[in-house]
Amino acid sequence: MAEISGEKPRGLGSHLGGHLRENGMLVALVAIVFFFTVVVRAMIDVDFLSAQNITNLFLQNSYVIIMALGMLLVIVSGHIDLSVGSVAAFTGAVSAVLTVKLGWPVVAVIPAVLAVGGLIGAAQGYWVAYWRIPSFIVTLAGMLVFRGSTLWLLGGQNIGPFPKAFQGMSNGFVPDLLGDWDQALLGIERLNGTAVLVVVAAALVLVWLGLRARARDAEFGITPEPMGLFWARNVVVSAALIFVGWKLAQFRGLPNVLVVLTVLTVLYAFFTEATTPGRRIYALGGNEKAARLSGINTSRLTFLCFANMGMLAALAGMIVTARLNSATPKAGTGFELDVIAAVFIGGASMTGGSGRIIGVVVGALIMGVMNNGMSILGIGIDYQQVIKGLVLLVAVIFDVYNKNK
Amino acid sequence: MATLLEMRGIGKSFPGVRALDQVNLTVETGEIHAICGENGAGKSTLMKVLSGVYPHGSYEGEIVYEGQALALRGIRDSEERGIIIIHQELALVPLLSIAENMFLGHEVARRGVISWPRAYQAAEGWLRKVGLSEPPSAIVGKLGVGKQQLIEIAKALAKDVRLLILDEPTAALQENDSQKLLDLMLELKAQGVTQIIISHKLNEISRVADRITVLRDGSTVSTIDRGQISEDRIISDMVGRDMAHRYPERVPAVGEVLLEVEGWNVWHPEQADRQMIRDAAFTVRKGEIVGIAGLMGTGRTELAMSLFGRSYGRGHQGRVRMGGREVDVSTVPKAIAAGISYVTEDRKALGLVLEEPILKNISLANLAGIAVKGILDKRREARVAEDYRRALAIRTPGVQQKVVNLSGGNQQKVVLAKWLYTDPQVLILDEPTRGIDVGAKYEIYSIMNDLAAQGRGVVMISSEMPELLGMCDRIYVMNEGRIVGELSREEASQERIMAMILRTTGKAA
Repeated sequence: MAEISGEKPRGLGSHLGGHLRENGMLVALVAIVFFFTVVVRAMIDVDFLSAQNITNLFLQNSYVIIMALGMLLVIVSGHIDLSVGSVAAFTGAVSAVLTVKLGWPVVAVIPAVLAVGGLIGAAQGYWVAYWRIPSFIVTLAGMLVFRGSTLWLLGGQNIGPFPKAFQGMSNGFVPDLLGDWDQALLGIERLNGTAVLVVVAAALVLVWLGLRARARDAEFGITPEPMGLFWARNVVVSAALIFVGWKLAQFRGLPNVLVVLTVLTVLYAFFTEATTPGRRIYALGGNEKAARLSGINTSRLTFLCFANMGMLAALAGMIVTARLNSATPKAGTGFELDVIAAVFIGGASMTGGSGRIIGVVVGALIMGVMNNGMSILGIGIDYQQVIKGLVLLVAVIFDVYNKNK
Repeated sequence: MATLLEMRGIGKSFPGVRALDQVNLTVETGEIHAICGENGAGKSTLMKVLSGVYPHGSYEGEIVYEGQALALRGIRDSEERGIIIIHQELALVPLLSIAENMFLGHEVARRGVISWPRAYQAAEGWLRKVGLSEPPSAIVGKLGVGKQQLIEIAKALAKDVRLLILDEPTAALQENDSQKLLDLMLELKAQGVTQIIISHKLNEISRVADRITVLRDGSTVSTIDRGQISEDRIISDMVGRDMAHRYPERVPAVGEVLLEVEGWNVWHPEQADRQMIRDAAFTVRKGEIVGIAGLMGTGRTELAMSLFGRSYGRGHQGRVRMGGREVDVSTVPKAIAAGISYVTEDRKALGLVLEEPILKNISLANLAGIAVKGILDKRREARVAEDYRRALAIRTPGVQQKVVNLSGGNQQKVVLAKWLYTDPQVLILDEPTRGIDVGAKYEIYSIMNDLAAQGRGVVMISSEMPELLGMCDRIYVMNEGRIVGELSREEASQERIMAMILRTTGKAA
């Protein structure tokens, strides 16, 4: 009798109940974008969804999303990393010293700085994984240590400007490989054909993957998502994607950062959902003792999660530095909070063991769109923080309420 | 005797489940009334109705207590009337003292200021009544589970209990603590405290109970008077079929030696000079079921876990051979590779990732089996899980179900499936039937027999001697970290095992 209780009756309502979180996040994101589009237009007569602003949105928030990918792994494994903001600042400073002071070429700076970040993460992960020092403490210490180290390294000064090649990491765009024939064909003066082609292809791939997953669900005997809902979601997502691509194509094309972001997102989504180590991280966070008794080297996995986090923090640090075109002692202040908030808004559990990459990206975009929209409206930083805090609280309350229901 | 409590036609539904249906229960004043039933039969739900956890109006039927209809709004209401329930998971605050715990919520206080001298004095009186000599200032967390259980009872007595409900009170207790508790129950009965006991342990029930009500699938099956109580009768009422054979038939086909352990010594992980396993040696043959008997805390689990990738203790010494060749079992992956699996006694804490679905739990110890170059083949994973679901009869709507939603017996099958998928030659099963109901136990026994028939070696650690005697070809007896004897199926009996334990107690070098 008790065994039947888990069986879900079919139907749209019950399906939404089961997947309320994932779809709810998407609806929230669309609603927030819609809200700002209308309000920004009404209040200050500016196009919120202009090509320039969309580009800005990604440039401004890329570092949050990049670090959130790594933070998800850390949080899924049952830990937390408070040091990412300071580590980003420190690695940014290192990249400045290497590039500006020592004149290293970009191709050498990038791997060197990533390695520094990885080492920092590994050093913190070592204490957490092998000495079982609580990650909160270790990374709180790291937060102070690397903020101080940044000040020391920069001597309290800003270092810049950077050569064009380094700035390209943040301000660069993918050149239009198609030439100008498409513009002539469509009669549009400025159009980056590559951008359009890429997003259309991406939308098609997404739909194809979705269909494949549905087919697999059916094979496993999972009640599939109702067809209507599936297409509704895919149409919205694809339309949004193509809209964004179209807008970007009329501006300067695809930002380099967006490409990096997309590649990393796909990579981490694949890693967490379809690989052996990815699966093991979830098991480790869900029940560490059971995972260890199942032959999983839990300490090494924890260690690697932190090392990976450090490396992504270094990447984010370089992008921020490139964007500001200068390494500053104050860079990255408060990043850790934005990143952690994005992960929890994205549906990860505080106790570890659950959370998805796609949720985290949507969570980070929600935070990003709100930051951007509120700034355009000229809402003060005071209100912005209050509102962001409340959004985080509501998202997590929603989660807990859903789980208890 | 007068009737103290009558529950008539009780029904209770949860979304999708009819948990109770037409349950009748009559408890006479001054009796000990046992309630039996498989897991999920509705015992706990019934007691929650009785104690006001489910308030009046959320269930059907009526409750008459001391001649009056009861309409409880909450657990406070029931406590005021002297109905007190002691749950399986004890509700004591480990960092507080006995006295502080005893009067928690009912402090001996005037206008919010607690009078500690009076509280301690009162606490001492109640402790004496339950036969505890600890001072009331002792910190609860430092006492054993047996003593904590007694404190719970003292706490109930302090609240002027008239109907005491004990939910599986001996589940976590050792044999001698259990006996003490049962004695106390009889003593309380002599003092006129009416009691309801929920238990799986039929020998205990037959010892203390005046009458037994058996529940099955949320309905009352029968109420048996003391004179007619027999284990077979209770079992057949519980499972709804005659269990002439509590252990499935098996013709042992024992082959050559598979696992040999020699001179195995292990020390406590924190106290470096405390030796937990002393010079243990044993063998397991192909197709053999070997039992390890002993009281709780004698090192059976420690022996098994230390062999399984040194998951317990430090300073390991000794040799392990598989099929005559010495093997390295210094880490869990190496032990698995050597063909050893260990099925833990604590499946929730150590065996399962509860929030993950069945299929992910089954593949966990052998992800390589469903992966190509580190990339998971989810089709194969689902197929593997589906195969085990069928082979082990795991009752679930589907393998995507989270294991937290399964009953104890089905969870145990998932853990077994996880280890079977590593294709072990020797399986060490630690208390494989703990906390699961009679029907599921039989299924676990059948699975064990199948494993032996496939030529694997099975080691069974159990605190229930009848189960060891019923299942094993050979039994090792452990006491105080040593293996103190070995008995063949023919030689083994409860008396002999106990005698071996008693004769060797306190004689360790």
